Amino acid sequence: MKIKKFGEKIPQSLFFIIALSALSVLALITVFILIEGVPLISKVGVFKFLFGMKWAPSLGQYGIFPMIVGTVFVTTGAIILGVPIALCCSIFLAEFAPKKISNLVRPAIQLLAGIPSVVYGFWGLIFIVPFIRNYMGGPGLSILAGSIILAIMILPTIISISEVSILALPPLLKEGAFALGATHWQTIRGVLLPAAKSGILASIILGIGRAVGETMAVIMVLGNAVALPKSILDPARTLTTNIGIEMGYASGEHQQALFATGIVLLVIIMILNASAQYAIRRK
Amino acid sequence: MKINSLPPQPVKQPEAPVCETKLRTENINLFYGKFQALRGVNMEITPCSITAIIGPSGCGKSSLLRLFNRLNDLIPNARVEGKIELDGVNIYERTIDVVELRKRVGMVFQKPNPFPMSIYDNIVFGPKQHGNNNHAELDKIVEKVLRQAALWDEVKDKLQQSALNLSGGQQQRLCIARVLSVEPEVILMDEPCSALDPIATLKIEELMRSLAENYTIVIVTHNMQQAARVSDMAAFMMMAPDRAGELVEYDETSHIFTNPKDKRTEDYITGRFG
Ligand SMILES: Nc1ncnc2c1ncn2[C@@H]1O[C@H](COP(=O)(O)OP(=O)(O)O)[C@@H](O)[C@H]1O
Ligand SMILES: [Mg+2]
Repeated sequence: MKIKKFGEKIPQSLFFIIALSALSVLALITVFILIEGVPLISKVGVFKFLFGMKWAPSLGQYGIFPMIVGTVFVTTGAIILGVPIALCCSIFLAEFAPKKISNLVRPAIQLLAGIPSVVYGFWGLIFIVPFIRNYMGGPGLSILAGSIILAIMILPTIISISEVSILALPPLLKEGAFALGATHWQTIRGVLLPAAKSGILASIILGIGRAVGETMAVIMVLGNAVALPKSILDPARTLTTNIGIEMGYASGEHQQALFATGIVLLVIIMILNASAQYAIRRK
Repeated sequence: MKINSLPPQPVKQPEAPVCETKLRTENINLFYGKFQALRGVNMEITPCSITAIIGPSGCGKSSLLRLFNRLNDLIPNARVEGKIELDGVNIYERTIDVVELRKRVGMVFQKPNPFPMSIYDNIVFGPKQHGNNNHAELDKIVEKVLRQAALWDEVKDKLQQSALNLSGGQQQRLCIARVLSVEPEVILMDEPCSALDPIATLKIEELMRSLAENYTIVIVTHNMQQAARVSDMAAFMMMAPDRAGELVEYDETSHIFTNPKDKRTEDYITGRFG
């Protein structure tokens, strides 16, 4: 008896330790970022750091407001461009596509998620940036270019989670609407989408999280100028690209300022994930 | 209990429209892929009556019911042979508008399936989809059908609350009210009381009796007493050895229960199998 109990305990505690170590890595990174970043934020002042217009590390000026604006603009653009496409795609897959087609499209979309972001960035730099420069004006490297690339990159997240939440609805809902003489489209719009809305909302929030966190592809097409953009054809810099661009040569206070930027990112991502969790659980 | 004046006429009716028949099936065969679920079903249902379909599990009662509003169209590999006529028109004709058909032939399901929205929105869903957006009219419809479904007094103060908060019996009556809101001619009910307690069941049975004055009702039920209590006509179905469902006997309910012609019906009713 005792031996058997002991034998049960070993794997149990092993899993516990492994789970704990994953958690402690997260804690370690967070603590490290906080230790590096917080002193600078308190030195500059939270308000001046978040809403300061000027980012000039050589002059000791650390205001990340242009980057916050850049992040919000690029992400919003990606959502505006990406969400409608993604939702149409998930509705198509869940409701209209014959099995043969959905079995083809679904893995293709998963593949989209597997393409390295540097490839997206490269493709954007070669095709989208010149296209914008030639046909719409501006330098091409722009918020619009970043939004287009991100819109494509968040498609898989939104499509697959939305599709699953539509497919998970009880068939009885659909039959109930059909039995009232509703058309397929009326059923989708009036019953299925409202019923799946928490899952769809969660998919969009996770998509936003992905867009906010993406770095490499955005660096390559965004132009990275630290200034408040005046139009979507202007270049901009996001929080992630700020770190990505300057980490190579930053040191001392400058490096701390980059970690401080990381804290802001961390908080944003944490809020997004928490609200996604909330949306999923609410039902 | 209302007794039908006409005894059922098996098959052989000329093409001429027969006013005394609301629904008529002619040699229905239903296949799910290779599996035959129904074979040679012939029945005629008179208007403003309650027809009960009884029989052991898996004999194709639900399948038959779902043929009447073509809900089986949703099942990819389902195939129907034969004819089903609604007021003399074959509903499996190519030219039939299925959406229009389902407006005329409503359905209540085994499990209550209110939409995840308010009580009010559940009821106006159908009328709205069919183009009625007049608030005053919709309000009237809501009150009317909730009264018909004997639910008005229980929910009139919480129409804007989620329908999912209602009890099972209330949800089922809501689903019946929802069907009434589109003013169908036929109401199909697939074991509507199987998830309900006896009191809720009784309420729904009373409701069915009162609805039968204006609607043609076809109900699938597992409950012999219920069939005996509520129906005018009863159809007994059973599986053939190859598991295809067949209509064994179809007659006035009183005959089926007191004087069945077929030995299998008698065995089933007296509880020897099923
Ligand atoms: N969608 C389906 N696909 C394949 N077979 C089905 C399907 N629905 C029902 N069946 C089969 O058809 C037969 C009759 O089912 P059903 O009509 O539900 O019977 P009942 O309602 O009398 O219990 C059963 O053998 C069942 O397994
Ligand atoms: Mg059934």
